[in-house]
Amino acid sequence: MAASSQTTSPTRALRDADLIDGSGAWAKEARLTASDRAQAAGLPQRRDEYWKYTRPDAFVQADVTLQASLRSGLNLFDQRNIISVAFEDGKIQAAVLPNAAQCTLESLASASVLDLHWARDVYGRLEEAGQNPIKRSLAAVNTAVAREGLLVNVTGAVEAPIHIHATSSGQSDAIIHHVIKVAAGAEVTLIETGQYGARSNIVLEVDVADAGRFHHIRVQDGNERHMLTHIFGRIGAEASFKSFTLTAGGQLTRNECVLQLLGDDASVSVAGACLGDGGFHHDDTVFITHDAVNCESRQVFKKVLRNGAVGVFQGKILVKAGAQKTDGYQISQSLLLDDDSQFLAKPELEIYADDVACSHGSTSGAIDAQALFYLRSRGVPEAKAVDLLTLSFVAEAIEEIEDEDLAQDILDHLTETLSAR
Amino acid sequence: MAMDDVQVKDGVDAETVEAVKALSGTYKYGWNTEIEMEYAPKGLSEDIVRLISSKNDEPEWMLDWRLAAYRRWLELKEPDWAMVDYPTIDFQDQYYYARPKSMEEKPKSLDDVDPKLLETYKKLGIPLKEQALLAGVEAPEGERRVAVDAVFDSVSVGTTFQAELRKAGVIFCSISEAIREHPELVRQYLGSVVPVSDNYYATLNSAVFSDGSFVYIPPGVRCPMELSTYFRINAENTGQFERTLIIADKESYVSYLEGCTAPQRDVAQLHAAVVELVLLDDAEIKYSTVQNWFPGDENGKGGIYNFVTKRADCRGHRSKVMWTQVETGSAVTWKYPSCVLRGDDSQGEFYSIAIANNMQQADTGTKMVHLGKNTKSRIISKGISAGRAQNTYRGLVSMHPKAKSSRNYTQCDSLLIGDKCGAHTVPYIEVKNNSSRVEHEATTSKVDDDQLFYCRSRGMDEEEAVALVVNGFCKEVLQALPMEFAMEAQALVAISLEGSVG
Repeated sequence: MAASSQTTSPTRALRDADLIDGSGAWAKEARLTASDRAQAAGLPQRRDEYWKYTRPDAFVQADVTLQASLRSGLNLFDQRNIISVAFEDGKIQAAVLPNAAQCTLESLASASVLDLHWARDVYGRLEEAGQNPIKRSLAAVNTAVAREGLLVNVTGAVEAPIHIHATSSGQSDAIIHHVIKVAAGAEVTLIETGQYGARSNIVLEVDVADAGRFHHIRVQDGNERHMLTHIFGRIGAEASFKSFTLTAGGQLTRNECVLQLLGDDASVSVAGACLGDGGFHHDDTVFITHDAVNCESRQVFKKVLRNGAVGVFQGKILVKAGAQKTDGYQISQSLLLDDDSQFLAKPELEIYADDVACSHGSTSGAIDAQALFYLRSRGVPEAKAVDLLTLSFVAEAIEEIEDEDLAQDILDHLTETLSAR
Repeated sequence: MAMDDVQVKDGVDAETVEAVKALSGTYKYGWNTEIEMEYAPKGLSEDIVRLISSKNDEPEWMLDWRLAAYRRWLELKEPDWAMVDYPTIDFQDQYYYARPKSMEEKPKSLDDVDPKLLETYKKLGIPLKEQALLAGVEAPEGERRVAVDAVFDSVSVGTTFQAELRKAGVIFCSISEAIREHPELVRQYLGSVVPVSDNYYATLNSAVFSDGSFVYIPPGVRCPMELSTYFRINAENTGQFERTLIIADKESYVSYLEGCTAPQRDVAQLHAAVVELVLLDDAEIKYSTVQNWFPGDENGKGGIYNFVTKRADCRGHRSKVMWTQVETGSAVTWKYPSCVLRGDDSQGEFYSIAIANNMQQADTGTKMVHLGKNTKSRIISKGISAGRAQNTYRGLVSMHPKAKSSRNYTQCDSLLIGDKCGAHTVPYIEVKNNSSRVEHEATTSKVDDDQLFYCRSRGMDEEEAVALVVNGFCKEVLQALPMEFAMEAQALVAISLEGSVG
């Protein structure tokens, strides 16, 4: 992944050949143009403003020195009716993906050898749109080199959630690129759990057509892993996009979410809750562009940090000229359980339309001593009381999940995680 | 108190209100005084730095300091991160030193000052003579008085009330005089808050500053009057690089007012000032600014490029600093008055109104760096955008690991008038201990139609109604201003927004 500024060298030609080896026409084009984008942008540097609070080094250095822990037993959501897709060490495990009504599931590996595929209108396209105004070259690298991922074409309301569960062992790098296309009026829920590799670079492109609905729930855990994820969303008129992420492990996580509201009356919500402990660094970077009238966007992020954990939030609402009646809301809060932890935030607004109501709030502080005292006076042991207050602190983020059953699963998982630590 | 002087001030305000109604897009202070100026040659080089230094009769150490800054400046890159857009500045196409010819011989007292200069200040409504200032101000202890140091282009032209201040032990003079008369103080503190290499414009200022104000308040002294400086850029193509240094020794207090204007010109003028405040134990400084440099015309032609570095260092325990600013002028503003809260229990406050109309661009805010225990800071920022202007709040709140039990509250509100302008908020929040609490909130909205409608239904015209609503929006900041400025600021808010509705 080393960047070279030379564009037409013999090594470049060799690398390009390698890049498109076995690709069909559409994938060939997407991979080559993405490679050009990555070349032009260069890799992120430590001094880049966009990487102010998270060092990009770990994502760009050549070798992975991490040992992913194999967690076999994340049985979250197992009890439900789900369409299950398993990844192991960055590969889809089933030779044939499950069939489901109202949608088709394919692997990128099998679709990319074809000359024509519906994914050509989305794959790399949304990522490309998300490169402006800020370069996200690691996402372009992903588009260029990813060989595996899940492609879902949603044509109606899919009843059961699609569940991607990834497991990994060893020191592998995983570069995965998912594409979800939600047709007009269609609806789907995507759940992602587990870890793809010791170091993962994951891109999820979601194209939601008019009046389509997309729900996304993600649980990130694991121990020593590094993970960089990008969600690129294009949201049509009256459509809805909701993404929630729970992060309760991993050494380094950066979740970027880049959404563009292009149709009127659409609504999006991006939420996250994270529990950080020890050498844990978690970064949520959100960029929402309002380019249509009467849209709503919400960002709700809660971070609970202890033992020197670091939580980062960079959120931006960009309201373009003409995007009147925009309702933008953004809240980022941290609960620092001890003196060594850090919360670093940069909540931004950039507004070029006047008839809007945009607000952001950010707070940081310790646990409320009075609330703690109250619980203890009622006979709740201190550790339990801290857990209870922690749960109530992150509740606002979990409430962003629309499906109450899934929200309850997340809450249960969180309670379990808290009591286990 | 002479009544005719009182009326001069009232007269100016009334006249302005008239002007607002009658004319569109004109600038109240847009005339220039025809005074013979003495210029140093255009451009910037070591020779110019030496010339400025020799014109001010500076000692060797000061020249060395300037030259070091100049050499450092050559290595620096102009910052480009602010959300402002302006043509590249040709630093060699500027005059770095200009002073009225009549200043060749330093005036002994105000009576020796060129009457035309004094006339200029009178037109500005600046009260160089004491009476004019006291206009309609309620005096808490008999009378309230203000001492003024006026900087005209590059030279400080007169400091009133010297004798009385001296009696109290307060030193208030131009910085060039301070370099000659109080070298030990200047050497100790100059550049100790804003180091020579701090940033591009501060470094440039360190090399070429020609004058500015110097204040020293001795231990235990409450400065008997408010101190004031008025800056005015009069000559064409000159940059004004003033340098202000205020030292508040233990248990002292001073309130300092700063105002700025510039005549109307169709070429942009450069202004790069540095203000350093030093606060020792239990000291308090209140620093208020009303800035209405020429903002350029409706099409963005001309105006001042205002690149200012202001910083307060609360070195002492329990020291307190308060920045209040009303920024209505300048074509481009790049200004972040900051507080370094080093002493335990020290406090920093920042109250700001930034109005950008027509083609103005403002990128302004503050930095609150909490280093000491139990430190407190408060930021209230009100940004108003109209016309095709861009207004950005950019700020930092940093709680260092050792700043235990500290507190910050930040509120940034933006108001948009019209759909061609922009309002942006870029706060940085860094919390590195858990006993501190940080709260930040920001909102962006437009002028409330219901409120406008109510005002209109009571017979106000649209412009008056907007001015009233906007003044209400800014209330918290206006209340933080000293009395003299509060009135002027309210009027300024109305003037600045003139032509923005309808």
